[in-house]
Amino acid sequence: MVTLSDFLVLGAILFTVSALGIFINRKNVIILLMCVELMLLAVNTNFLAFSYFVGNLHGQLFVFFVLTVAAAESAIGLAIIVLLMRNRGSINVQDINELHG
Amino acid sequence: MLTEKILFYLFATILIFAASMVVTVRHSVRAALFLVLAFFTSAGLWLMLQAEFLAIVLVLVYVGAVMVLFLFVVMSVDLDQGRLREGFGRHMPLGLVITGVVIAEMVAILNIKELALTAPEEAAYVGSNVEAIGRLMFVEYIYPVEIASVILLVGIIAAISMTLRGRRQSRYIAVNEQLAATKQDRLRVVDLREPGQTGSPAQPPIPDNGADSPSTGAES
Repeated sequence: MVTLSDFLVLGAILFTVSALGIFINRKNVIILLMCVELMLLAVNTNFLAFSYFVGNLHGQLFVFFVLTVAAAESAIGLAIIVLLMRNRGSINVQDINELHG
Repeated sequence: MLTEKILFYLFATILIFAASMVVTVRHSVRAALFLVLAFFTSAGLWLMLQAEFLAIVLVLVYVGAVMVLFLFVVMSVDLDQGRLREGFGRHMPLGLVITGVVIAEMVAILNIKELALTAPEEAAYVGSNVEAIGRLMFVEYIYPVEIASVILLVGIIAAISMTLRGRRQSRYIAVNEQLAATKQDRLRVVDLREPGQTGSPAQPPIPDNGADSPSTGAES
């Protein structure tokens, strides 16, 4: 039988792999956005696993809202990447230092 | 039950493989394609969790719209792959160690017997999944749905207004400059008569009423 623990372990591994991706791909903004999408996918899998095994449908609604916000976020992120490419000619994270933060 | 277990481990293996290819592959286009594979595989896993509506939404919205947008941007920007890969291997050993420790901790925590729930006998709802979600969404969660629609609208406006390149040489009316203009800014009364010739008798007398006079030129 597939239990709740299996899905939670799968979500944990997926989340950690995408965190590793953010750690080792420090230059490429597009890969960083993809890793954020993978993290959201892992969290959504956790929500759905709890929703199914506990027998509560509200988790699926939460996944719906997370998907909505993630779609808006990736659209704005890609617009920022297009702007960076147009203004600076590079999407290297180390070239993005106008704010001097 | 055995089929379910086999399917779960098959999907989980493909998903983790695709995720690790996303973070390690050299080209961004291939990373985007592996991300598509990861989304498809987790849509299969979500179907196993009886979330049919969200699995279809994941394929339609994510694979169909968001990933196509990603591929569009990745292919339209000209990436310097060599510079973006600098320092890739430098953080790899430390990253692998941290990843291994975090995964070991999470597996140790999540494998307790309180979380080893098996699938419930009866479903959480009667009827189809879409109907149950729709009832919940438009009855109990109607205000969050409205807020989500506003968030999507804000996303549309932000993305368009950031990337829209307006025509620089287009002619337009600056209403504030028009309203702020006074008569002294635009009109200059020029006296065209000679210095000594103050009123010649040959000419008819000019009515001296300012702007209507033919001898005063108006320059804008």
